[in-house]
Amino acid sequence: MGSRGSHAARIPDGDSIRRETGFSQASLLRLYHRFRALDRNKKGYLSRMDLQQIGALAVNPLGCGVGNLRVDFPGFVRVLAHFRPVDDEDPGMRDPKEPEPLNSRMNKLRFAFQLYDLDRDGKISRHEMLQVLRLMVGVQVTEEQLESIADRTVQEADEDGDGAVSFLEFAKSLEKMDIEQKMSIRILK
Amino acid sequence: MFLLLPFDSLIVNLLGISLTVLFTLLLVFIIVPAIFGVSFGIRKLYMKTLLKIFAWATLRMERGAKEKNHQLYKPYTNGIIAKDPTSLEEEIKEIRRSGSSKALDNTPEFELSDIFYFCRKGMETIMDDEVTKRFSAEELESWNLLSRTNYNFQIALAFTGISLLVVGTTMVGYLPNGRFKEFLSKHVHLMCYRICVRALTAIITYHDRENRPRNGGICVANHTSPIDVIILASDGYYAMVGQVHGGLMGVIQRAMVKACPHVWFERSEVKDRHLVAKRLTEHVQDKSKLPILIFPEGTCINNTSVMMFKKGSFEIGATVYPVAIKYDPQFGDAFWNSSKYGMVTYLLRMMTSWAIVCSVWYLPPMTRETDEDAVQFANRVKSAIARQGGLVDLLWDGGLKREKVKDTFKEEQQKLYSKMIVGNHEDRSRS
Repeated sequence: MGSRGSHAARIPDGDSIRRETGFSQASLLRLYHRFRALDRNKKGYLSRMDLQQIGALAVNPLGCGVGNLRVDFPGFVRVLAHFRPVDDEDPGMRDPKEPEPLNSRMNKLRFAFQLYDLDRDGKISRHEMLQVLRLMVGVQVTEEQLESIADRTVQEADEDGDGAVSFLEFAKSLEKMDIEQKMSIRILK
Repeated sequence: MFLLLPFDSLIVNLLGISLTVLFTLLLVFIIVPAIFGVSFGIRKLYMKTLLKIFAWATLRMERGAKEKNHQLYKPYTNGIIAKDPTSLEEEIKEIRRSGSSKALDNTPEFELSDIFYFCRKGMETIMDDEVTKRFSAEELESWNLLSRTNYNFQIALAFTGISLLVVGTTMVGYLPNGRFKEFLSKHVHLMCYRICVRALTAIITYHDRENRPRNGGICVANHTSPIDVIILASDGYYAMVGQVHGGLMGVIQRAMVKACPHVWFERSEVKDRHLVAKRLTEHVQDKSKLPILIFPEGTCINNTSVMMFKKGSFEIGATVYPVAIKYDPQFGDAFWNSSKYGMVTYLLRMMTSWAIVCSVWYLPPMTRETDEDAVQFANRVKSAIARQGGLVDLLWDGGLKREKVKDTFKEEQQKLYSKMIVGNHEDRSRS
């Protein structure tokens, strides 16, 4: 036990991760400790098993996952960076040459889009919509009810009539939503 | 060589004298009070001094850190992220309201935006969930030296305590059954537990002692470490419940049973819930037998919360005497993380920590009401314990430490959400 002084220097590639994701040093440190706590066998990455051990996550119908089987710390932080509250700077001031920050509105939307677009082909098909809905309701809803819901949703969002929802159509249907607030998690000081 | 001779005898003499002094001190200050249950108040003074030293040391360290401009890592106790305590329904409605351009007189069935709720909740739990952090030692905001050297003394004391227990109970076991035997066995047990308490330098404050468990009842407490047993048993007479172990524990268990009836289960019997319930009921119905001591959480929790109580002990129908145990974390972390330390390492750590300070509250007895089932009763008792001890009352199963969560919880969430998207559909089709 004893004293617990720590610096960001202890995190491998700490500085580059900070620049890429925009997290403060203190937040990064907390996430690092959280990563270490979840990584039970100290493998250096998180497996699907480690995430499933989180009770509240297993209950979440999406098991809103980080997707891959192996997530190392930079990957972990990159995903969580999408949920960083948006900075209050004037968008006009941002240097257009720099890549868009991970927590911009577009990137948040892209993240949500990927949850629906299971095969990553850039479109949410009716079939994919059905699959995701099925995850969220389990066995509580019949197939017909689910199909009608999926049909209606795709129809409403689909503008060019190709039977699937592209990313732009997705973004358009959610243009009024305060995504910045709904997809943000604030880290306490 | 000849010059050494007089010095030799001097050294031998000194050694002899110091040993005698040591033993007398041992006897006077520890064993005798242990037998009679008297305390000199020395330990309370020791505790106050320790507190002052720790506060000073923390201040020094913080000042030093500020000067060097380092970021001193302040461990969190309440959570990493800001969470809103709203329900699934409210949040999804709010999300839909903020995004929908349609009039909301018919609540729509399903919106693409619903996914935001699950997504965010999922991420929140990845970053910070209520359960995982209960299984790592509570993190402190102050600094303390958690070890000290020269633990031979404590080990000797513990050894004395345990051997006395074994020898004492065996001897008492040879006596014929009767009042005298009971009296003696109680006191032998008590004495040995008190010696162990002193070996651990534990300073315990008991509250509301008039509520102490009586014969024919079940004593229920939250579980942080194996020391809980010693702490409770040094202030009352209990019958223990547990699995039969081999080795040293087995010897102790067999000896204890000779003096008065405890309930030890074979490993195979533990799986059979009915058998366990039957034996416990038999024990409880015999009013001459001591109250049973049970820890319903089933595993050690890190003393910041109380987790789900297993309902077995609450089905028996006896009076339940809840007890809340809260350790003061400033003096030493009493939590036994069984995946990190083995039992022996843990006990050594406990003995070498400066002190173990804890408070024990005896709560008034509770019985199961006619319209309550075992689970509700268990939850009621659990809330009472959590409230008294200042711990967080959680619904989660302590078994999550080792196993995955049951699917029934997931189904509950799915049911809730389905009602939102389909329940409305039914209303629509009716109108």
